[in-house]
Formats: sequence, structure tokens, C-alpha cells
Amino acid sequence: MAEAHDYKTIGTRPIRPDGVDKVTGRALYGADLNLPSMIYGKVLRSPHAHARIKSIDLSKALAMEGVYAAVSGADFPEAKHGEIGGEGGGDVADLAKNVMARDKVLYHGHAVAAVAAKSLSVADAALEAIEVEYEVLTPVLDLLEAMKEDAPLLDDHCFTKNLPETPDKPSNIAAVMQLARGDVDEGFAQADVIVEGEYNIPMAHQGYIEPHACTATVNEGGQATIWCSTQGHFEFRSMTAKMLNMEISDLKFIASEIGGGFGGKTVVYLEPLAVLLARKSRRPVKMMMTREEVFRATGPTSGTHCRIKVGAKRDGTITSATAWLAYEAGAFAGAPMGPGAMSIFAPYDLENFKIEAFDVLLNKPKVAAYRAPGAPQSMHAMEVALDDLALELGMDPIDLRMKNAAGEGTQAPYGPKFPQIGFKECLEAAKAHPNYTKPLPEGAGRGVAAGFWFNVGMQSSAEVHVNEDGTVTVIEGNPDIGGSRASMCMMASETLGVPYEKIRALVGDTESTGFSNVTGGSRTTFATGMAVVQACEDIITQCKARAAATWGMDADQVDWKDGQAVPAPGVNADVTPLSLADIAAKAGRTGGPLLGRASLNAQGAGASFSVNICDLQVDPETGKVDVLGFTAIQDAGKAIHPSYVEGQMQGGAAQGIGWALNEEYIFDENGVMENAGFLDYRIPVASDLPMIDCHIVEVPNPSHPFGVRGVGETPIVAPLAATANAFRAATGVRVNDLPLSPPRVLSALD
Amino acid sequence: MARVVFPEHLLQHTGGEREIEVPAADFRELLINLERRWPEAGAVLEKCAVAIDGQIYQDAFLEPLEPDSEVFFMQRIEGG
Amino acid sequence: MSKIKVETSINGETVEFLCEPQQTLLEVLREDLSRLGTKEGCGTGDCGACSVLLNDRLVCSCLVLAVESEGAEVTTIEGIAGENGLHPIQQKFLEHAALQCGICTPGLIVATKSLLDRNPNPDEKTIRYWLAGNLCRCTGYDKIVRAVQAAAEELAHPA
Repeated sequence: MAEAHDYKTIGTRPIRPDGVDKVTGRALYGADLNLPSMIYGKVLRSPHAHARIKSIDLSKALAMEGVYAAVSGADFPEAKHGEIGGEGGGDVADLAKNVMARDKVLYHGHAVAAVAAKSLSVADAALEAIEVEYEVLTPVLDLLEAMKEDAPLLDDHCFTKNLPETPDKPSNIAAVMQLARGDVDEGFAQADVIVEGEYNIPMAHQGYIEPHACTATVNEGGQATIWCSTQGHFEFRSMTAKMLNMEISDLKFIASEIGGGFGGKTVVYLEPLAVLLARKSRRPVKMMMTREEVFRATGPTSGTHCRIKVGAKRDGTITSATAWLAYEAGAFAGAPMGPGAMSIFAPYDLENFKIEAFDVLLNKPKVAAYRAPGAPQSMHAMEVALDDLALELGMDPIDLRMKNAAGEGTQAPYGPKFPQIGFKECLEAAKAHPNYTKPLPEGAGRGVAAGFWFNVGMQSSAEVHVNEDGTVTVIEGNPDIGGSRASMCMMASETLGVPYEKIRALVGDTESTGFSNVTGGSRTTFATGMAVVQACEDIITQCKARAAATWGMDADQVDWKDGQAVPAPGVNADVTPLSLADIAAKAGRTGGPLLGRASLNAQGAGASFSVNICDLQVDPETGKVDVLGFTAIQDAGKAIHPSYVEGQMQGGAAQGIGWALNEEYIFDENGVMENAGFLDYRIPVASDLPMIDCHIVEVPNPSHPFGVRGVGETPIVAPLAATANAFRAATGVRVNDLPLSPPRVLSALD
Repeated sequence: MARVVFPEHLLQHTGGEREIEVPAADFRELLINLERRWPEAGAVLEKCAVAIDGQIYQDAFLEPLEPDSEVFFMQRIEGG
Repeated sequence: MSKIKVETSINGETVEFLCEPQQTLLEVLREDLSRLGTKEGCGTGDCGACSVLLNDRLVCSCLVLAVESEGAEVTTIEGIAGENGLHPIQQKFLEHAALQCGICTPGLIVATKSLLDRNPNPDEKTIRYWLAGNLCRCTGYDKIVRAVQAAAEELAHPA
């Protein structure tokens, strides 16, 4: 592993290659493709949270002037079962029913029909002309009520998975999970201090600024082209193919620029509908969700109810811990309770613990992945409990965490022993950070919390083309959601020894590059980066052979150094080094164009830990919480482009602070979300936040050529508890539930 | 012999066995041996992630095993 | 529904179009005139992604009817860069990595221009309050505020 100072490009902060288009309005996002004779698709959504569909009559809508097509669940082929990826994934048959309801609607806003018309206003009028008859059913809206045996059922065929014996009665509990080690009772018996708590966090949304949008065309041969905003166009292709019973080769997906996703754009909502409407109308169909539709009908993350109990000795050693974690799945199975359970105790070396987790159906939107899915909710419970424990013990909260911190060789709660990880380094950096000890204003409080995410590898493809003048084009299959083209170009630059400015990266469509899993799981810089490095190494191998051919040598007599082919050490040859440009210019006579390729299933993603410090102040009159300072400390393994690593840390902090202080789905007694807009679902604005200080820890991941761990998800984990703990420090009052919005704060301080 | 450990939620597929020793030179062979032992479990185990000696693999199919390797089956993680 | 004829100026160019009375300026810009740089994030005036200048006033184009642009001067993100390339605000957004996904960036740049045209030397608090109508979900605003400060500095003292 080379040391940081050996790198020429890695660790610098160049301008991203797609930047100019994004600051001038030229970059094209999901809603930005207009085609000749294009029409507009709109979705009719259920006014009920739980109802049986008795009939749907599209005829009046179809008879309207300017309406070209209308579809309902009956236009879909029978849903086939099969798994699809992601923490918001699940069964493809469920996904199909989420895209368009069949016999039942399961949440307010569930799609029941769609139309395509010449204008948005005609499409809206056509939706009103569709007649749907419902038999309204009792909605299941409370998480703990939904788990009861006598609760109304969403799905009569849902039998709880992972129980020792398959149950004979259906349930809203779709699955359970348990992790345990040691003897928790014995552990609690050894404890000098025990803390306990119950923590509720409501459903929250990713809040990406770009609503879902796509444009689809289908030709008379049935071949479809879909332009859309997605975190993974290959996976959108596969979902759409399964749902519409099409061959994958008949579907071409082009990923537009993506205006934020955070996990929410890993599953399809509009794309299969647009294909159906385009096929029926024989015209290009553009579909764009409104913000209200995004809130009501896409995938937020689970509301949760967590119970936790932690026991420790006087010196801070944790002797036992238990957790009971219920996650709302929404309308279909697939809440992120697994990763929630696996992450809750991950930062700590525990001998005795027991974790139970539940995936619970209820009449709310089907959850999708949201940045470190499941971890912010469960780890909020643990990190708040540790704060209580530190108080009881009179211990510094960072010291308490250090006392129990996992390190290399610690057996993780989810099974394996950790390889090299950077949690202790993060704790040390937090303890030493000036922001941890600087004086607080009168009445303010400071809180700390730790965060963790696994990170993943998965499949990626990359191609590297050396152009005739020696400039380089990198083609990847991962939509660039936050600057990844820059990091790909930097890794290519470092590997090839070619200046960064001479390299451009583009995101290929599904027909022009190899399969790649989603931009998610904090995997792109790690896994796709690894593919780019390998494709560059392929180029170097070819260049050495080309130089050898030019010089009349064997390939093993040639080295690649600083972007040039040179004779290997000890090879005595009177030749001028050949640069990439030299070799490219004469590639025709040494074997044709230079094209490097790599595809892989990247293993060995490195876990990323964090520690956050939050300073805040509470206005006792209004209940408003002001964050005065926030410090994010995280192990990145190696920061390829530090500005974009900081950007992830700062953006995750802001999202986590918003979740802690204001963001929540508020449902009425009929299951109608009451705050489906940015005015009432209040995400942080510029004046809500201070500057967010970042400290990047670099404990390299030995599995990546430059040590990358992946950084995108961990940043959202710790802010929830860091904020909650700072609130307690500021007010002396512990509030276990989130968000700490003015009404909750006022009633707590009362 | 690789030491193989199953989490709680897979015990229904292993007849309650939490930990076993299996002879296998690589993960592919390990899967074959486990499927031979529990024919019903193959499809489930194939979809799990595993940690081999601490390193997590979403797809370990081709990974070699040492005689004293520790193999933990776990839920697959994908993330947002 | 009969359409209404509107004549307006977009980025200094006279533009005539026909629109329905209920159509917003945003919808006409994007769907009828293919000026796609102005983005829609909410359609209710809460996110600022559709910010444009209407007679030099910063507005959400989703809250302006297209017919209201009759005789007006509209400046969109496409009108910010000049013949000599990027505007300093755009350059500083790039240098400071003040965008991740980039969907809020056109609106933020238009809003920043409006701020700096009025107040060439805003302090951090002024910047944060002026930009409070422009939501960004990726950056946490830190790098945006720094980019605006740097742009103000650059405009006051061109390098």
C-alpha cells in the first residue's frame, strides 16, 4: 500500500468533468428529455389506505379528446415471484403490485391506473374521468398494533419467515431475525449499572430534490428505450423486463443525470407504466411525479420502535445488551430490519447480546432503501442508551465507547471477525478534536454518537478507451450521483500516469457498457473504481506489448512508468520512451485501437465507522432547536477526492440532523399523509445549519488498490443520536423519540 | 475442515445446528457439501452473504478455504 | 381551451409563445420552449430549483403564470454564463465542489446572482437566509456558502 504522499492525483481536489454542464443548466436529468410527438403520462392514485378494488372503468377517459392510452393492473402480465436487490427490494411480484395495484390498494397514493394524453392538463382531466369502485377496508397504521395477532391483515398469504417452524396463521409480521451471543441474563447479573429505553422514530423520506421522471418509447417491433433518473439503469432494466415479461435485450435504459437518490431511486415506479403507455399509444411518453406523489407513493424509510437494555460494570465495560427492533415495511415485505439488527452493536466488542428484529406490513408506502438502510434508527437507540450509561457512570462518552470499541479481530455481532477497521482511530480523533473541548455558549449542549455501515462491493464493469491523441475516455455503468466521474478519472489518472485533465468519464447506457449494480451501498468508488483501475491495468499491459513490438523487444522487457513505456531495469536499449499519446498515435500499426476492459464482482468492501459531535441550543419559548456546530469524523479508508468525501459527510450530517429535528411522515387516522410537501415535511434549509466541520480518518482498506472503503452511507447514521444527546445535554431532559420538533420539545420541557 | 457458523434465522434450514465442521477446499465445494446434508437449504444458503476469515463476500462461490477457515453465513447487505 | 399569445424576453432574446392560462412559466420554459436548465423540484414554491429572475426579481417560476411574463425580462440559468465563459459564481461552485447531484445548482446559482447583484459583500448569515428558499439535499450547504463567499470575493477583486 503506497503512502498518501506517493500519489500524484489521488487526494487532490480537481474540478469534476461533468461540472460545467451542471452549473450552466446543460446537464439533462430525468424530466429533461423532450421528443417529437411526445405525450404525457399521469397516474391515478388511491384515495384510500386500504381497500379492495371492485372495478376500474377506463372508457370515459379513453373517449376524451387528446387521450391516447390508459392502463390499469389488468394490463400487466401475471406477476412472477423472484427476488430483486436492495434493502428496499424484495419480491418482484410485490414490486409489480406496488407499481400498479391489482386487486387491492395498500396505501393512500397507491397507483391504480395511468393515462397518456397530449398535455399535462388533458392527462389530469382524464384521471378524473376514470371510475374506480372500492370496498374500503380498515387501515393498519400503527406498528405495534399491526404486530398483534388480531390485527386486520394486509396480505392473507403472508406467513412470518425465519421462525423455527412455519406458522399456520398469516400475520402482518413478514419476517423476523435474531442475532445472539453469550448469555444475556448472566451478563446483566454482572452489571453494576443497567440502562433501558424505548425509542420511536417515524417514517422519513430521502427527500432528493429531483422527483422521479422518465421518457419511454416503444417501436412497432416491441423494443423499448427508456430515459430515466435512476441509481441503477441495469437493475431498472431487469425489474422492468420481469414485470412486463419482456426480454432484457428488448429494453434499452439510458440513465439521465440523477438529481439525488439516497437509495430511493433503486426501484422502479414509473418506468414500466411509461413503457405500457408508450406501447399502447405508439408515441413517446414522458412521466414526471409531482412532489406530492414522491412523498405519498415512493419509498421512504421505515418508522421504527426500538427497545434496548444495556448493562455495564463501573469501569464502563458492557456486560450485556439486548435490542428489540420493529421496522415498518409499509405495504409489502422488505423493511431494512436485517441491516438494522446487524449494525446496532457493530461498533462494540460485546460478549453477551441478543437482538430481535421484525419486518412489519402496514398500510403505508412500501419502504425503499435510504442511506445505510435500517442503521440510523437502531443505532440511534444504542447511542442514546450509551449516553445515558455514560451519565450514570460519570464517564466521558467517548471514553465509554473507547472502552468497548471494536478493533481488528473483534468478532462483529453479525458473525465474522473484523479485519482492519478505523473505529478507535475515529474515537481518538474525536477526543483530540478542538471542537470537542471548546467552550459552549450559555445554555448550549454537546452530544456525541458513533456510526457504522458495512459498505458493499458487487458487480461493476468498466471500459477505458485511449483516443488517437492519447486522451482517455472511461466508460462506466454507474450513474454519477455525487461526483463519481471525478473519482473514476482520478483513479485512471493515477494508474495510467496520464494527467487528470486528459481523462473524461461517461456513464454508458445498458447497450453500450457492461452490467453494473446500482450506485448505492457506498460501492461505486470502491467497486467501480476497482474495475476502472483494472481496465487501466489492461491498457498498460497492452501498451507494454505495443512498445515492445515497436522496439523489437519482448513485452517483459518493457516497464510502464509515469505514463510512459520505458525499457525495464537492466534492459539495455537505446530507445525513446513512448507515452500513451505516442502509442495511441501509431496504434494502427501495432494492433489497432487501445481498449481496456474489466468486469468484476468486488469483494472485501471495508466497513466505515464515524463519530459525530453536535452542539445545539434550545429555545424554551418556541421549542426550536438551533444546531450551533457539528463535527463529522469518519474513516474513508482513502479519500480519492477529499472534497466529495467531505460533501458526503456534510450532506449526511444535514440529512441526519433534519431527521433528528423535524422530518417525519404525519398520517391522519385514515392513513393519509398530512404533510406531503416541502413546506410541511421540512428538510433543512441553509439558514438552519452551521458549517459542518469534517475530519477524514484514513485507515486503508487492504482490498482496494488505493485503500478505498466507501463513504456515502455512514454519515447519516450518527447524527440522530449525536443531536438527541446534545439536546439532553442542553436541556437536562432526555427525549427518546424523534424528531425533536417544536411540539415534542415544548411538551418535553413543560 | 472449515468451521461453518449459521445465524439464528437460518437454523430452521439446518435442523437447529448452529455450528458444524465441513471438509471443503473452496466455497463451491462447501455449498455442495451443505446441500448434500440439508437438500432443502441449498437455495437459501446460496443467497446469503458469507464472511470467510473476517472478509465479507456477497458472492463467495470461487473463494478458496483454508483447512482452519471460519465461514459465517449472514444476511446479504446492499445498501442505499 | 383557447391559448393565449405571450411575448417575453428570455435571456435577452425575444420569444413568442402560445400557452394555456393555467400553465406556469416553469412548465412553458421546460415543456414548450425546451429551456430545460430550470428544474422542477416541488411545483409549490418550496424548493427553489426553478428559480429565475423576472425583471431582476428572484422568483420561483413554478409560482408564476406563463402569461405573467408578457413584456417581462426573464433570466434563467442559461443566461448566466457570458461570451467569455462561466460566470464567477459558476466557476466558484465548481472549484468549491458546491454541488453533488447538481439538480438544485441552477436555482442556487440564479439565487446567488440575485443576492450578489444586490449585496456584493454578504456575511455568512445573510447568504444562508437569502438561500433559505433553495433546498439542497446533498451538500449540507457548507460548500455552497463557501462558494458564494468566494464568488463575492472574486467579483469584488477579480483575479
